[in-house]
Amino acid sequence: MQRRSFLAILALVGFALATVAGPAAAQDTIKIGVYLPMTGAVAAYGQMEWDGIQIAHEMMPEVLGKKIDLVLVDTKSDKIEAANAVSRLVEKEKVVGIIGEAISGNTMAGNPISEAAKIPSVSPTATNPLVTQGKKYAFRACFIDPFQGQVAARFAVNQLKAKTAAVIIDIAQDYCVGLGNFFVKEFVKLGGKVVSTTYIQTGDQDFSAQLSAVQAAKPDIIYAPNYYTEDALMAKQARDLGINVPILTGDGAQADALIEIGGKAVEEMYFTGHFHKEAASTELAKEYIKRFEEKKGKEADAFGALAADAYFLLAKAIEKAGATDGTKIRDALVGLKNFPGVSGIITMQDNGNPIKSMVINKVEGGKFVYVTTINP
Amino acid sequence: MSATIFFQQLSNGISLGSLYALVAIGYTMVYGILRLINFAHGDLLMVASYTAIYAVTMFSLPWYLSFPLAIALTGCIGILMDKVAYKPLRDAPRISLLISAIGASFLLENLALVIIGGIPKGFPRPEIFAKVIEILGVRVQVLTIYIPIMTLVFLMALLYIVYRTKVGKAMRAASKDIETTRLMGINVDRIIALTFLMGSSLAAAGGIMWALKYPQVNPFMGVIPGLKAFIAAVLGGIGDIIGAVVGGFVLGLGEILLVAFFPELAQYRDAFAFVLLILVLLFRPTGIMGEPITDKT
Repeated sequence: MQRRSFLAILALVGFALATVAGPAAAQDTIKIGVYLPMTGAVAAYGQMEWDGIQIAHEMMPEVLGKKIDLVLVDTKSDKIEAANAVSRLVEKEKVVGIIGEAISGNTMAGNPISEAAKIPSVSPTATNPLVTQGKKYAFRACFIDPFQGQVAARFAVNQLKAKTAAVIIDIAQDYCVGLGNFFVKEFVKLGGKVVSTTYIQTGDQDFSAQLSAVQAAKPDIIYAPNYYTEDALMAKQARDLGINVPILTGDGAQADALIEIGGKAVEEMYFTGHFHKEAASTELAKEYIKRFEEKKGKEADAFGALAADAYFLLAKAIEKAGATDGTKIRDALVGLKNFPGVSGIITMQDNGNPIKSMVINKVEGGKFVYVTTINP
Repeated sequence: MSATIFFQQLSNGISLGSLYALVAIGYTMVYGILRLINFAHGDLLMVASYTAIYAVTMFSLPWYLSFPLAIALTGCIGILMDKVAYKPLRDAPRISLLISAIGASFLLENLALVIIGGIPKGFPRPEIFAKVIEILGVRVQVLTIYIPIMTLVFLMALLYIVYRTKVGKAMRAASKDIETTRLMGINVDRIIALTFLMGSSLAAAGGIMWALKYPQVNPFMGVIPGLKAFIAAVLGGIGDIIGAVVGGFVLGLGEILLVAFFPELAQYRDAFAFVLLILVLLFRPTGIMGEPITDKT
């Protein structure tokens, strides 16, 4: 027993030495850290985005004559794990740039750490305005929620002819709370009336009580800007209860799991989104879609496309900066104008938010179908 | 609130409550005999749901074969869990058992995560469970009627076994005093295994019902139902089978009616359940149906 534990300690020490010695040998690569929810409540986003990053990496594997090395850390869909992941990427892996997280709440947990270390980070899909607010090194590849909520409200009033709306919000997510408020603001401004506001929480499965309350209020539409699992279950229970009004939601809906879980109940669900392959216009997008569908054997999705854009933005910025210094990459990112990305033309603003267009999609015949494009 | 909406909410509450009750019975049975809070009980819901999904989608079995299969298999996993995680600790302090139970729960969750992955799956809902009928303006899923009936049928069967058969007598004896029961020549380990089989099968039945009603299956789907069932069991008086059923209904109805009367408090639904647990533990630790505490080692 004594001997065995001695050997174990020896092995541990050896392992520790090996890991300490490791990074020194790998100077000829550029490390980009990726932190995404690969498991947990929003795992579908993480897995789609990782697929997209891999394809983008394949399309542009080198920068400044050096190979780009990707380091992936799972956040388990959890805010604390997200913060830990960024600490690990910054302190242990010594990455020059970071891609992630997929959702706003987790990105807001991760960003302060990369900000303090002056490492630029690009989130593919965190749409809450607070994600980049007051931060010099925080960027994103997507539009932000005030725009999304505004477009959704206009679509509800003009296309769906809604006069009254019920809003169902996931109170545990910064994204859902923010987007819900932006929608309500614009909807009321356009003369609409919110007849019912009710709350759910990530992980809830029973929404029957909330939905019965919605039913009593008899709205023209339901606005439910939540993530795909909750939206799918909610739609299913709403239809079972006999609520047949259109359901409108945000970019969080665009995951195949929505259709797999929701089935017929999510048909005719409209949502504001970042990307639809039919609306893709740039050369980069066409190349990406081709490679994605060859390699992954499925249709190119919005989350993968935005994650690819986050990768391209970061890699282009490193190229433009001609260095791996965090501040230089940051300045190069801010200077990216009219970049023809996968999800459209991206112009990065000084505040870390890009100016770009939005698409409206709906679910039809078990698929995401493109409806229209809205320009900023 | 109109009468229709009220009855709608009532039916929502009854169906949620009977699901809690079904899961709580298993919790309480194991506690009754081993004084063990089996935290892995909720995860058996998940195991059963995945088994049923794979039986239906991969082996294309009809639901009336795959559901019983999933229940039987989960029952066996329950026995296995007892053999691996609890039996070696039979004479250890109770706290070791509790830690082992938490470990078993994490093991099941993470095994599912590694093997199946974190993206939730839809649950195949057979047509006969998906139907919706309308009674006087109240829309009721037929499932909402089946679930309480199933719960009552299981309850009756269980009460029969526990109070009218020899095995049940042995179970009740073991719950009073394991050592003396063993001295009477009863194979206590077999009785405990049987308890796990029954408790786990009930969890499995609950899991399948749960997945039919909320057709979304992921490795962590059992956590919240497990906790809620635990609350229901404590509420009713842990160790008491009828108490578990009563506790389940009280909790389910309470949650739904809270949201029904105060929609703006909807986000405090889970908080309500846990506050209820704390209050019960503070003021009536033996629960609604509970017997007075007897110190048992």
